[in-house]
Amino acid sequence: MVPPPMNMPVKPPVAALDAPLYEAAKKNYPQSVHGRFRTVKWVLMAVFLGIYYLLPFVRWDRGPNSPSQAVLVDLPNRRFYFFFIELWPQEVYYFTGLLVIAAMVLFLMNAVAGRVWCGYACPQTVWTDLFYAVERWIEGDRRERMKKAKEGLTARRVGELALKHSIWLVIAWWTGGAWVLYFADAPTLVKDLATFQAPMVAYAAIGILTFTTYTLAGHMREQVCIYMCPWPRIQAALTDEWALNVTYRYDRGEPRTSIKKAADLRALGQKAGDCVDCLQCVAVCPTGVDIRHGAQLGCIQCGLCIDACDAVMAKVGRPTGLIAYDNDVNIERRLAGEAPIYRFVRARTIIYTGVIALVGAVMLYTLSTRTLIDINVLHDRNPLFVALSDGSIRNAYTIRFLNKRSDLRTLELTASGVPIPTLHVIGEEPASRTIVAVGPDQTREVRVLVTVPPAARIEKSNAITFTVRDVDSGDTATVGDHFFGP
Amino acid sequence: MAKNEIDAVTGTATTGHEWDGIKELNTPLPRWWLWTFYACCIWAALYMVAYPAWPLVSSYTSGLLGYSSRANVAADMAALQALRGEKAALLAKADLADIEKDQALLAFARAQGRAAFGDNCAPCHGSGATGSKGYPNLNDDDWLWGGTLDALHQTIQYGIRSGNAQARENQMPAFGKDGTLKKDEIVQVANYVLSLSGQPTRQGVDLAAGKQLFADNCAVCHGEDAKGNQELGAPNLTDRIWLYGGDEASLVETITNSRGGVMPAWADRLDPVTIKALAVYVHTLGGGR
Repeated sequence: MVPPPMNMPVKPPVAALDAPLYEAAKKNYPQSVHGRFRTVKWVLMAVFLGIYYLLPFVRWDRGPNSPSQAVLVDLPNRRFYFFFIELWPQEVYYFTGLLVIAAMVLFLMNAVAGRVWCGYACPQTVWTDLFYAVERWIEGDRRERMKKAKEGLTARRVGELALKHSIWLVIAWWTGGAWVLYFADAPTLVKDLATFQAPMVAYAAIGILTFTTYTLAGHMREQVCIYMCPWPRIQAALTDEWALNVTYRYDRGEPRTSIKKAADLRALGQKAGDCVDCLQCVAVCPTGVDIRHGAQLGCIQCGLCIDACDAVMAKVGRPTGLIAYDNDVNIERRLAGEAPIYRFVRARTIIYTGVIALVGAVMLYTLSTRTLIDINVLHDRNPLFVALSDGSIRNAYTIRFLNKRSDLRTLELTASGVPIPTLHVIGEEPASRTIVAVGPDQTREVRVLVTVPPAARIEKSNAITFTVRDVDSGDTATVGDHFFGP
Repeated sequence: MAKNEIDAVTGTATTGHEWDGIKELNTPLPRWWLWTFYACCIWAALYMVAYPAWPLVSSYTSGLLGYSSRANVAADMAALQALRGEKAALLAKADLADIEKDQALLAFARAQGRAAFGDNCAPCHGSGATGSKGYPNLNDDDWLWGGTLDALHQTIQYGIRSGNAQARENQMPAFGKDGTLKKDEIVQVANYVLSLSGQPTRQGVDLAAGKQLFADNCAVCHGEDAKGNQELGAPNLTDRIWLYGGDEASLVETITNSRGGVMPAWADRLDPVTIKALAVYVHTLGGGR
């Protein structure tokens, strides 16, 4: 290649786009690294794993008739508990809200600082990072691992491999084990699991998750990010020129030369690039990409190359930040001799934040104002109405009361909308009694007959409203249906 | 004439076969595909040995595992019976009057009753138990033989004119056919009966004569006040519900030729628990007394 005139920096070629469709996997041996982003990643890993493994054991007192586990998905009883929130199956729309918020947070992260999720918080990244740490601890750093991979199997090597895979399997097993604890009372289930009293489905779930964790974090690693995950593709379509990404500042780095040559050039008053082509950024990369090719699908933007490069820059006496969170706009501006600008308040960040705030506010509002009793009604379809011997008209309904509180409630049912309705709850004595008791955190279905006297003139179809009132607290819930006549 | 030749364009080995200068690239099936195929072949062979597979002249090979879909159904049915067993036993033991006081038992009895009703009663009474001409509506509060739980239980068990020794039995005379009443007398009675439920009567018909005829011929069963008698299965003629129609023509027809439906004795066909469940189901349709 002919060197560009005046040693001006040029943008390095992007990663090859005409690569074959099938490519054999190249094994990565990421080197250990120390620095700011590595520390952040260790701390976040500890926090996330801590939450994941320990949350099932957190207790939350809900009174005598409810489970005391802070976070619990109670599938047999169709309940979801999250600290002070208890959700019933018909409130599943809250999860829609959560998913909308989750998507928007992901988009917002991306608009501000690229693939933050991928680099720091994604379970694939966190567990792979943990598995790499185990591998490094047992087999040594990059060079040793590469060397050992080439050498044959010695007794020591076999021992190392066995130890590594055993520890991986234990972590994977623990991961699956923690997962099932979210679906039953954790301390009880731990005891049952240990004494082989737990249900088969628990062991099966642990087995499956052990297998997936071991495979995904131990063997597939960056392949998941590059080939399996849809987010890099979506992310690439969602990003813009202002989003900060882990960026090789080629305006500073190019042309690459050796330390000595660079010193010579600078002595002559000529410009020399800061990149010394030490390949440390590639060596530490968990996905094995070269960040100097620019933003690319394989880059999960974990910032480890920043740590590696900063360490090298410090050693060669050049300013750090040759690789940094930056964007192409600022590179162009620096090349043009202008000061970089950072723009966080943009249309997309405002919209994402707005949607998050709106959905969050709606969820909070509905959650804080929802009633803890409810009533559902189903009109008999056959017959729609019955004419009685005295000319009265009777309609039959199946009514279900929902008591979402953890104590027994006494509910009174009334109907309005048709003239002088007489209610009869089948099974309640005397016939005029419309008081029903509903057990704690339960529903109760009753058959209700509503009769309108012959004197009342009613239409073919009349709106009727059922109201249920908690006799003690006065809470009410209503539901509308129809009363049919001849 | 196999030889190892590499195709220059694709870099793939050829099979060594050549037709008029056209060579075939050697692109064998992927190994995983091939092994899956072999595994399927082995599976199929084992399956034929283990499970019913080959039709024979009058039977089929039954397989080593002794699998049978008929046996599965039988097992499922047995499991269902076992599942219901506990509650069915409770239902069998429970006093008829107590069933409706127990939420769980009531729900179980109603569910059982609804299914049995659909299978056995719906052909005449309709799936919604609304009946039709000649087949009583079981939702309303008008009962020929009584709408209490016990009365319903009795009726379902032994039927009406079913031939069972304990069946509900009555016979309305065919006043016209037997010649007891003359045609114009029948019209008089019919119009008198119309007037009992507040319906308009035909102009010029002597209602007083009708009343006298009613007292002489009908009141024995239907009562002086015509409100019927459930002991005898005699319908109330003063209300608005008519099994065979409440207009003059229908009444004349009824008085002339008599009426009388038949209901089977279900004790001969259904088990006592199902009959109990049916009684509770019908009782809770709404009309139960």
